[in-house]
Amino acid sequence: MHWNSVSDFFAMGGYAFYVWGSFGLTAAVVAGEVLLLRAQRKSILRNLRDELLSEGSPS
Amino acid sequence: MNARVIHWFKFASPQNFYVLAGRMWPWFATLATLLAAVGLWISFFVAPTDAQQGEGYRIIFVHVPASQMSMFIYLVMAAWAGFGLAFNTRLSGMMASALAPTGALFAFLSLATGALWGKPMWGAWWVWDARLTSELILLFLYLGFLALQSSIDDPRRADKACAVLALVGVVNVPIIYFSVKWWNTLHQGASVSLTKSPTMASTMLWGMLIMVVACWMYAITIALLRVRNIILERERHTEWVKHALE
Amino acid sequence: MKKLGMLSVMAAVLRREVSVALRQKGEVLTPLVFFVVVASLFPLGVGPESALLLRMAPGVLWVSALLAAMLSLQRLFATDYTDGSLEQMALSSTPLGLLVVGKALSHFLLSGLPLVLMAPVLGLQFGLEGRSLGILMLTLLLGTPTLSLIGSIGAALTLGVRGAGVLLSLLILPLYIPVLIFGAGAVEADAAGLGFGGHLSLLAALLVLSAFFAPLATKTALRISLE
Repeated sequence: MHWNSVSDFFAMGGYAFYVWGSFGLTAAVVAGEVLLLRAQRKSILRNLRDELLSEGSPS
Repeated sequence: MNARVIHWFKFASPQNFYVLAGRMWPWFATLATLLAAVGLWISFFVAPTDAQQGEGYRIIFVHVPASQMSMFIYLVMAAWAGFGLAFNTRLSGMMASALAPTGALFAFLSLATGALWGKPMWGAWWVWDARLTSELILLFLYLGFLALQSSIDDPRRADKACAVLALVGVVNVPIIYFSVKWWNTLHQGASVSLTKSPTMASTMLWGMLIMVVACWMYAITIALLRVRNIILERERHTEWVKHALE
Repeated sequence: MKKLGMLSVMAAVLRREVSVALRQKGEVLTPLVFFVVVASLFPLGVGPESALLLRMAPGVLWVSALLAAMLSLQRLFATDYTDGSLEQMALSSTPLGLLVVGKALSHFLLSGLPLVLMAPVLGLQFGLEGRSLGILMLTLLLGTPTLSLIGSIGAALTLGVRGAGVLLSLLILPLYIPVLIFGAGAVEADAAGLGFGGHLSLLAALLVLSAFFAPLATKTALRISLE
């Protein structure tokens, strides 16, 4: 480990914007995909349940 | 042993694959998380400071995996597409569709992180070097795939049309890369090249490799999750889906 | 005997396409006018400085030709699709691949060739002269059939689809890029003393490749669209 302090770590030798920007963007994309998939699944299941309920007769 | 080989074909049915994918994805997610943790550790705490690029070079630990994955996913997508066209299986087309958005996002990340790397190192947000330009065109190919898919209503026809497009695209990728390289060397103006990466210490290589595999595991996880959604959506009028909800 | 059959089928397809197109002369002329207009937009956009225009000329003319060729691609299968004759052709005993090649060839004759003939006039506006004009025409002559062949894939994929026009452009423009690079690059390479032979051979190679593979893809795409 070669960071002298926490603030050094965050400063990234002056490249903070670029390095943290890149990793941050990647993290945002990953989080975004996961959350979107979760939301998509919920909405599909909700629609399916509504369809089944409106069909009335139990299968 | 022989019996197990024959049983693989049962997973070509969306219903069975839905269950299989449901069991598999947590494993890949765990692998992805662990590998990413190790990879990030190496990226920030083990890999040394570069002599020329200082700490800025650490972007390669996301840039290179993103580029690799964007290309690899396109190949796998085209393979699934080809499979689906050849054997007329529904699931293959669904797998290709499940991979496309992730591939497109990796291509976008590759370009964005490439720009963030290029600006401090070479002074410009964008350079028309062969690799970046080819990556941009790859993003266009992905966007075309997604656009074609969303404009055809019938999912079966959409899958097949996108399959043809993916196969045409995959054949063109080397041609496009070659022509862009040619174009780049002719116009010698842009002498900067993002392929001039820092001389690689072995820790840097290990870090990149682990991050690439982490992204690979992540892509598989997302593809499995997405294909489950696609299967539910497409098969919603079948009995097994109705039972699965209860 | 069979070979004669193939040629006469192609001739019949060509004859049909040309006669249909000539009935709607406007549809053939509009892309040509588009070519002229778009090429003229660039100097208006960047200024009339002759050195700049001369450098830009091959690229600008190639991009404009590319866009103009793409405009008429939608027509390739759409009218036959809507009136049902495409389905008849697909069901007939003539191999669909042959029909596709015939259609691509007719597209080249009706849209590519006029562009080749128009290009030198526009080239003069940009300050291109003699030898460069000749090379430009040659590259367009070799390149536009490839554009027709690749374009037919897009036309077949987007048959009857919402927003087919713009979608078609999005799908095939990335595939056009190698043709653009070698076509436009030839004039510049020659002007720099590097010779245009390499570029021309690559254009020829792309033509051969697409003549071989594009009909296959288009045929498959047509069958998918007709299902």
